[in-house]
Amino acid sequence: MNVILELEKPLLELEAKIEDLKKFHGSQRVDLSSQIRELEEKALQLKAEIFGSLTPWQRVHLARHPKRPLALDYIAQLDDFIELHGDRAFRDDPSIVAGLGRLGDIPICVIGEQKGRDTKENLYRNFGMPHPEGYRKAQRIMRMAEKFRRPLVTFIDTPGAYPGIGAEERGQSEAIATSLLTLAGLRTPVIVNVTGEGGSGGALAIGLGDHIIMLQHSIYSVASPEPAASILWRDASKADEAAARLRLTSDDLFEFGIVDEVIEEPLGGAQRDPDTVIAKVLAADRRAIERLSRLNADDLLDRRYEKYRKIGSHTELVDDRAAR
Amino acid sequence: MAPTPNWLRRRAPRPEAASDPLWVVCPDCNDRIYKKDLADRLYVCPKCGHHFRLGSLERIAMLADGDFNELGANLVTGDPLRWVDRISYPQKTANDRAKSGMLESVVVGICAIASVRVGLGVMDFSFRGGTMGSVVGEKIAMLLEECGRQRLPAVLICASGGARMEEGMIALMQMAKTSLAVQRLGALGLPLVTVLTDPTTGGVSASFAFQADVIIAESGAAIGFAGRRVIDQTIRQKLPEGFQSAEFLLEHGQVDMVVRRTELKSCLGNVLRMLQAKAVPA
Repeated sequence: MNVILELEKPLLELEAKIEDLKKFHGSQRVDLSSQIRELEEKALQLKAEIFGSLTPWQRVHLARHPKRPLALDYIAQLDDFIELHGDRAFRDDPSIVAGLGRLGDIPICVIGEQKGRDTKENLYRNFGMPHPEGYRKAQRIMRMAEKFRRPLVTFIDTPGAYPGIGAEERGQSEAIATSLLTLAGLRTPVIVNVTGEGGSGGALAIGLGDHIIMLQHSIYSVASPEPAASILWRDASKADEAAARLRLTSDDLFEFGIVDEVIEEPLGGAQRDPDTVIAKVLAADRRAIERLSRLNADDLLDRRYEKYRKIGSHTELVDDRAAR
Repeated sequence: MAPTPNWLRRRAPRPEAASDPLWVVCPDCNDRIYKKDLADRLYVCPKCGHHFRLGSLERIAMLADGDFNELGANLVTGDPLRWVDRISYPQKTANDRAKSGMLESVVVGICAIASVRVGLGVMDFSFRGGTMGSVVGEKIAMLLEECGRQRLPAVLICASGGARMEEGMIALMQMAKTSLAVQRLGALGLPLVTVLTDPTTGGVSASFAFQADVIIAESGAAIGFAGRRVIDQTIRQKLPEGFQSAEFLLEHGQVDMVVRRTELKSCLGNVLRMLQAKAVPA
């Protein structure tokens, strides 16, 4: 059960009541404006209470909120989009959507990890967990971005690459490794948007880029909290503890220098005002593209190399090993 | 086994893992093996051919012709997340240093393998399960950059449980850092050969391990993206026989060859010589 859905229940109930009162107020010519105002104030207060101080585990669930805008919601607001399918070898993986589009007057290539909104959609999208053929479809679009000299824009939203028999047989490791290698040398700007949940190598496979944007309430983690807990303590039920330790919020990652820009969300999360959030993200993408497009390809690659080269935390041990 | 090179003697001796000072039991055939024999046989069971896991230092001694010019020998990790669970992350790494005699889970340097000069990086499962954190990323990048400067091929011997959880996203970003370094090496026309040993999984298999021009799997090694435990929990069905073994990967087209440890050095020599062969001008 999504803990945020539980948490926001009283708020949604209150908001429904306000809606009812407003309807009644309009239709019955009874003046309810003071009651409405009072309830609206209460709702605001409740919202601040609920969302003002979320624990990391609650933030994980907010990032997984089923009503949160998904990759295709952003793509729908592009000025044009043609979806391209398949890896040309095995099958089309619906957990990755990819294609050609236009952002304003800028032609772009787009790759997004796509979750579903309900059970049926999620089964079709495999809960946003790509198979190797999904990453191979993404690689096609990456190469196309370079070939036709257009920036690549990606949307990260996955708990991780799918861990299954077929995925292993068809080379999940190789698929992610080759995506990373392709992005590492791609001679065109790469803009990455972390819009929901960024889980592990399955997220990074479309996330090695020049400008990394993260929505305030999205998360990005070395492993999703559940597998992380199972790796660390052989107990997936300690996911809340893992979430607290992994430093996976946008604040953390901005502080680490891993994320370049954080986009603020309305109180309560992006799902409360999707249109505004989507517009803000696309505007940020556009600004980044305009800035990065001024660099020639060699400078762009040098900049990308240095950006990641300096991420790390290590020191020289002063005394010699023999002294230990 | 080749005589111990000088650089190796400087290190703390590798403490014996098992309690018995003379004998070890093979986990595959349960045969008792005299320890001295096992070392002479490159830690391969004389009865059934089981490949025991090898530390970085033994592996380098086995592959390098003579001296090994180590790079970044004294690098140790920071504690970027200020991680504490049962114990703190600095305490965990301190324990692993004492237990393994290693400062980190990879050793990198310049040496010759079967008379071919190379940059060699060797991971060690006995330090934090060979996981990749800041130091692994940094050392691999340093090595590949040095290979670029000296125009040398690179050989990376992988053994890893994946990204190191205790360094969080900074560990994940080492996949990006090493991928960029591999890409640069390749852009210079220099070859990368990887050897996947037991086990090679997670963030290491999904980055440099599978970015090589030639990928060699050591006989019997477990290789995959997701660990068996994670797959078990996800799909809840019986995994096929030999799933994620080196031989399974060869059959599924994921690696170039499966090589026994006793043949690894000569095989690497042959592959490297072939990769470096110049076309005869017309």
